[in-house]
Amino acid sequence: MRIELQKRPVASSTFAYVSPLLALVLTLVAGVLMFIFLGKSPITGLYTYFLEPLTDPWSREQILVKATPLTLIAVGLAVCFRSGNWNIGAEGQYLIGGMFGAMLPVLFSEWQSPLMLPLMLIMGMLGGALYGFIPAILKARFGTNEILTSLMLVYVAQQLVDWVVRGPWRDPKGFGFPGSKSFSESATLPKLIEFGDAHYGAIIAVIVAIVVWFVLSKTLKGFEVTVLGQSPRAGRFAGFSAKKMTIFAFVVSGALAGLAGIGEVSGSVGKLDDKLSLGYGFSAIIVAFLGRLNPLGIIAAGLVLALSYIGGEAAQITMGVSDRATRVFQGLLLFFVLACDTLIHYRIRFISVVKVAT
Amino acid sequence: MKKTLFALAASCAVLTSNMAFGADGDKTKACFVYIGPTGDFGWTYQHDQGRLAVEAALGDKVETAFLESVPESAEAQRPIEAFARNGCNIIFTTSFNYMDPTNKAAKKHPKVKFEHATGYKRESPNVSTYSSKFYQGRYVQGQIAAKMSKTGVAGYIASFPIPEVVRGINSFILGAQSINPDFSLKVVWVSTWFDPPKEADAAKALIDQGVDIITQHTDSTAAMQVAAERGIKAFGQASDMIKFGPETQLTAIIDDWAPYYIERVKAVVDGNWEQQDVWHGMDHGSVAMAPFTNMPDDVSALATKTTTAITDGSLEPFTGPITKQDGTEWLKAGEKADIGTLLGMNFYVKGVDDKLPQ
Amino acid sequence: MDVWISIIISICAASTPLLIAATGELVVERSGVLNLGVEGMMVMGAVAAFSVAQLTGNPYLGAIAAIFVGALFSMLFAFLTLTLVANQVATGLALTILGLGLSGMIGEGFVGQPGIRMENIHIPVLTDLPVVGKLIFGQDLIFYISIALVFGVGWFLFKTHAGLMLRSVGDSHSSAHALGIKVIQIRYLAILFGGACAGLAGAHLSLVYVPQWVEGMTAGRGWIALALVVFASWRPGRVLIGAYLFGAVTIGQFHVQAIGVAIPAQFLTSLPYLATIVVLVLIARNRRLTMINTPASLGQPFVPDR
Repeated sequence: MRIELQKRPVASSTFAYVSPLLALVLTLVAGVLMFIFLGKSPITGLYTYFLEPLTDPWSREQILVKATPLTLIAVGLAVCFRSGNWNIGAEGQYLIGGMFGAMLPVLFSEWQSPLMLPLMLIMGMLGGALYGFIPAILKARFGTNEILTSLMLVYVAQQLVDWVVRGPWRDPKGFGFPGSKSFSESATLPKLIEFGDAHYGAIIAVIVAIVVWFVLSKTLKGFEVTVLGQSPRAGRFAGFSAKKMTIFAFVVSGALAGLAGIGEVSGSVGKLDDKLSLGYGFSAIIVAFLGRLNPLGIIAAGLVLALSYIGGEAAQITMGVSDRATRVFQGLLLFFVLACDTLIHYRIRFISVVKVAT
Repeated sequence: MKKTLFALAASCAVLTSNMAFGADGDKTKACFVYIGPTGDFGWTYQHDQGRLAVEAALGDKVETAFLESVPESAEAQRPIEAFARNGCNIIFTTSFNYMDPTNKAAKKHPKVKFEHATGYKRESPNVSTYSSKFYQGRYVQGQIAAKMSKTGVAGYIASFPIPEVVRGINSFILGAQSINPDFSLKVVWVSTWFDPPKEADAAKALIDQGVDIITQHTDSTAAMQVAAERGIKAFGQASDMIKFGPETQLTAIIDDWAPYYIERVKAVVDGNWEQQDVWHGMDHGSVAMAPFTNMPDDVSALATKTTTAITDGSLEPFTGPITKQDGTEWLKAGEKADIGTLLGMNFYVKGVDDKLPQ
Repeated sequence: MDVWISIIISICAASTPLLIAATGELVVERSGVLNLGVEGMMVMGAVAAFSVAQLTGNPYLGAIAAIFVGALFSMLFAFLTLTLVANQVATGLALTILGLGLSGMIGEGFVGQPGIRMENIHIPVLTDLPVVGKLIFGQDLIFYISIALVFGVGWFLFKTHAGLMLRSVGDSHSSAHALGIKVIQIRYLAILFGGACAGLAGAHLSLVYVPQWVEGMTAGRGWIALALVVFASWRPGRVLIGAYLFGAVTIGQFHVQAIGVAIPAQFLTSLPYLATIVVLVLIARNRRLTMINTPASLGQPFVPDR
């Protein structure tokens, strides 16, 4: 089979909107086939997956809970990816952010102050940013491949957090189970509604997404990100530094991943434990692409992916469809998104990347 | 996209409105949350056997459902609550780390009964806890090991240094020392309940370190397979693993949850469920031994005798004189351990060749 | 002495799947493509191997099926990244997510079945030699394939014309294209080879390492294989060293525990990753080394000018 692609002189703005929708439709079609293959009713299946969770306030709230870290991380990744920096290690930055943020309530558990929470969030961002800074400086100084260093650092972060919660920070009253002491009230991100599950991280995520969207699309910095991402050479002519951009993009992305980390630790878990790494940093890559690297699109994409998680659980409970189906769905969705992107393609970015390589 | 989805929703709603789980009001719904896959042939498998026994015993009075491979910690909260909201009348959560999420969910759903395995928190009147005295079976295993081992050293693959696991290790060595006072035990901590390749690695390392009997407190059958390959003997864990080592398994501790599950679900059916905390052993049939295989008749006769003595209460493994690992006396001759010390056990007895991770 | 041999054999078992997958990925990366989907292809290989072995009763057919399935699965990646010029990083990730889910679905019926182990070979006299007999002449077939693979790939890349073409595609696809080399075609073949290797690595897990099917039983080994390629600075010989170092740490941490030395296991586990980062920095600093070994077009999409 041979498929030849015609370059578009300019990216198709129509397809920029149509392609994610087309990908969703294709995923739904694949979903129908999968349910038939599994011997389940496709209508019930799709309804349970994608609609039923939307009909009930509790499920809607759970979607919000799940979408919060995904969106925060993906918005940061969008800055990175747009600028041509491949940060695959958001999971590590998320973990270190959670760990840095947890430092205050774990080490100063007696300290009750309204300052606690803001300081924790700042510490979380700082931790993530520092951890993101490592692959960035290695790339800027030595030209080290950032995909691989950032990925390696994920494992180091996992081990570091694992060691901390089993060793120095372990709750002495925890029966030997890994995990820190539970945080006090003043170190807990408040819930949106009393006795609910969604916390203020959701609002922070939306604000962050809007701010980043504004910066990317309306400011000179945003222009710099895009130019350097599409053509480092053109960026140089414009007087922009690709190295400084690498550091900027990784620090921003790391800080947001770190914020997501401490948001989960403080808002959802209430302590630092060894179960923090749930793969949000990797799933957020799907979210970033599904949202077309546009922070506003990412809010929607984060909700869609969260919906598939919640719907997947519902399907497991009411239909006996295993959670593997959810992962197949997510994998297919990303495949279709990427494939459909070709319709927009031969946008400027790809042409210039090839030119750079020559 | 949303419009089309909602249009689809409208057309599906009619179809599905009476399909949802729990629409049939007469039946009692018993729901189970599992830490591993039902096919682990260990811990989760046995719980699922219990669930099937409930279905068999109570017939069309009940309906059951389960969620498998549910992550521990805060992520467990949502599935447990989803069960409560989906019309489950009684929910069994079958891993220690479901403790906090179970109690949180119980507060929000006072009408639903919750049963948490191996935990100790009962924060509202609709939470019961239950466990079994698996350590009784460990004592029998220890005796068999001491009879069968040529090197006088057994290997123990341990998961986490929680009282449950430490109790098992101590009971095993006490049993072994009742036959051979010089018997010793090497312990390797794998920090997981279920990771077959890792458990296999640990088993190989122990065998290379000179142990010729393997026992484990992890859930997979990998160690049994390694022992079979290396031609040494091993004990099955949680369920009868004989088909993974027909010439290897000496016996296995079988967790039989069926009597308890039937009793508790029936209590809900009859409307007389009450909060309780039970710790049953061989006397209630909650702990059973798999057939004594691959050993001479005198060893199996001894094992049978010990099992009978524990069942009728004439033998309690934790009876003095017992010396702690550090050489201090724990129990005087004839003295029996109090239940509090057993439940919070955080020290080794003499003969364990390992430092308990603190 | 026997103890040491036995420990070394355990290390061989832990290293073999890493070695095979990493060697395959090395060829892929040498052609200028970064396929992050190793974990997904590997787990698909594992389930294919186990299910076919169970159904036919023959583990060797299982291994062949794994090679086939791994290669087939990699074509999904090749089609997207080469033909549709999709982003390689994201596509590789999608491959991993899909592989983990799909293998779980396929394997559902095989969970909890005792598998058929691919037996160790036994050559009369040689295998029974004292000390080295079992180590050199008494392991499973896949172990021997893994060693042959490393040397075969080394020979292919550096001693054959085809290997030269593959490397030139990886170093500069545009120049290679200008010289009339079929860039896309070579990359398709490289990815196919990488997929086959990853599949075979998975087969080792479910047929030799732990003869059973467990969902997600690759447990991150595909990612480690990726790291090894970089650790080895794209040299097959160094992949061999890296894989065995990693295997030694994997096995060694339990021996250290059993002997009673208290080093945090987490530190030992993160050592290979830290070492990889250090190596990455060193090779990136040394320009000469970098220019010789790093495929310069790695991860960049290629669109032929027409």
